[in-house]
Amino acid sequence: MAEFLNNNLQYLLNGILAGSLYALIAIGYTMVYGILRLINFAHGDMFMVAGLVMIFIISNGAPLWLGVILVLVMTVALGVVIEKAAYKPLRSAPRMSVMISAIGVSYLLQNCALYFTGGLPRTYPAIPMLKEKHTIGGITIESVFIVTPILTLLLVVALVLLIKHTKIGMAMRAVSKDFETSQLMGIKINSVISFTFIIGSFLAAVGSMFYFSKYTTVVPLSGSMPGLKAFVAAVFGGIGSIPGAVIGAFIIGICENLIKGMGEGWTVFSDAFTFALLIIVLLVKPTGIFGEKTTDKV
Amino acid sequence: MKKLLAILMALALVVCCFAACGKTDGGNAGNADNTQKVVKIGVYEPQTGANGAGGKQEILGMQYANKINPTVEINGETYKVELVYADNESSTDKAVSAASKLVAEGVSVVLGSYGSAVSIAASDTFKEAGIPAIGVTCTNPQVTEGNDHYFRICFLDPFQGTVHAEFAKSKFNADTVYCLGELGNDYDQGLINYFSEASEKLGMKVIKENFPKDNSDFTSYLANAKKQGADVIFAPCSIQYAQLILEQSNAQGTNIPLLGTDTWDNNKIVETTKGTNTELYVSTFYQEGANPEFEKGIKEWMNSDPTALENNGGNDMIAAVTVMGYDAYMTALEAIKNANSAEPSAVMAALPTTAYEGISGSISFNEIGDANRDAAYIKTANVETGTWDFVAVQKVSA
Repeated sequence: MAEFLNNNLQYLLNGILAGSLYALIAIGYTMVYGILRLINFAHGDMFMVAGLVMIFIISNGAPLWLGVILVLVMTVALGVVIEKAAYKPLRSAPRMSVMISAIGVSYLLQNCALYFTGGLPRTYPAIPMLKEKHTIGGITIESVFIVTPILTLLLVVALVLLIKHTKIGMAMRAVSKDFETSQLMGIKINSVISFTFIIGSFLAAVGSMFYFSKYTTVVPLSGSMPGLKAFVAAVFGGIGSIPGAVIGAFIIGICENLIKGMGEGWTVFSDAFTFALLIIVLLVKPTGIFGEKTTDKV
Repeated sequence: MKKLLAILMALALVVCCFAACGKTDGGNAGNADNTQKVVKIGVYEPQTGANGAGGKQEILGMQYANKINPTVEINGETYKVELVYADNESSTDKAVSAASKLVAEGVSVVLGSYGSAVSIAASDTFKEAGIPAIGVTCTNPQVTEGNDHYFRICFLDPFQGTVHAEFAKSKFNADTVYCLGELGNDYDQGLINYFSEASEKLGMKVIKENFPKDNSDFTSYLANAKKQGADVIFAPCSIQYAQLILEQSNAQGTNIPLLGTDTWDNNKIVETTKGTNTELYVSTFYQEGANPEFEKGIKEWMNSDPTALENNGGNDMIAAVTVMGYDAYMTALEAIKNANSAEPSAVMAALPTTAYEGISGSISFNEIGDANRDAAYIKTANVETGTWDFVAVQKVSA
């Protein structure tokens, strides 16, 4: 065990970082699904837009702290606007229409990004706090490796507490159990949904800061791969469940990096393995690791 | 209220569409005026996607050449040369439609593309239309092989790969080399193939790994290189990935020298190395400073045009691909003059015998349609100033 750790410490740390970044995005997917039964395909692209907004703000001479605040505010605003403009008018439409609308928003964001960047890769501004180097066990890592997992776990704990112990959290749980009945009970559906999008967008913005601090190039398709992996993580853990999404994200992040370290020729299979694992989990447990059993109401 | 909102949204969509059109049209260098005869040259380059930055720099060279030599004499008449642009989006599935656009525009000759994969993908479209194409910096042999219509003015990958293998041996006395390329990209895989062939001949152990398209996490690949005791990393990939590899290699303290190919000769990349302890060597077509007169002119032009400056990566450092773009345009003009016609077939017939004394060296074609070139420039990143330093002119020891 100790020898395994010694040989694979770098891969393990890479995996934990990737996992915690996927987790921040996956929560957005899983919460929106839990409330609206909608897979918000635009979520990965919002993450990319948050990256571009940061680059734009900093390149116009704003200080870093202002950039961080503005990115959080603007991404949250974008999330709410998308919900109001593209999903709310379709609330009574078939679920398929809303999903198509989500795909449309995803392409709209990608193409807007393409238009504004002119297709050139943009470099994310350095956040000095995250770039400090440390040496652990003979390998060099940056602070981002330590800060990200800790912050992710703190945010998740805070989120779970919020959902368990506050009024709005209770409303969210009620809405996710039964949309119509909770409406009849006097819960303001629209504000609950907006709140869900606020949390999801906020976490995507936080995730984008850490992600692009580590992987510094932002292109219009930057959000698609992390978005897809995060979505898989959410399904893996049982879509709708927050702890499930987080654990799924960590499993996927760590697995894909450990496989890359298994020796020559294995790197090609890292993604294939990830998705094969998903298939196996779904075959054994169709609702994912933490998925709730759906009971048919008579 | 709802109706009003719907109308507003529809209007917004329409505006978006126009904005998109504006972008593609904006690329065209003005409309030809009706009285003057026009000869069209197609610019088949990636302006977006993984190679967008490189394609844009190559286009800059053509635009500058077009500004200096806006006309050509055919049969005693002065023709205006118009550049027609098509963006292949660095993607092989968009390549054919971009090429068809140029064919429909009725261009006499096509320049491009940056990136071999898209050139190979579009080759047949030009062939069927009978339009000759001049590859600017597409280095994969398959671009011109067995094609009468595809020419090129740069060196080839078997040459470039061998140059790198010999350089790795002579400079670093390497025993193990680590190759990293994009999965399914003809350019990356071709170069890795030639490089490893040459390396194995020189007795080096070769480790090959691939990453999927749009990957941005290279930490584990770099850890692999280190774990397997590589002396050199050879990564012939697009600029987008190159920047990430450099950045992460530095952050991780990999401390293995990197070898980059012609794609890596880019301002943004050399800036990434500034203030780090990266050892980076690239092979390229031209060394800045070789022709001060030309450079002075193009720098003045770039500095007077903010769009050009932005497309060049924000400063006026001259990339080799820009020079190659300039030479490609001039070679095309020369061929049109020799053909004394704007007919694609006549230009194609004239190209094999066309010779031109370019900024990057003299250009003439062999029987396959490749340029007769036997030298590559090796440059290294100066980590203090963030610029390129000249190392050597490398020829292959036969």
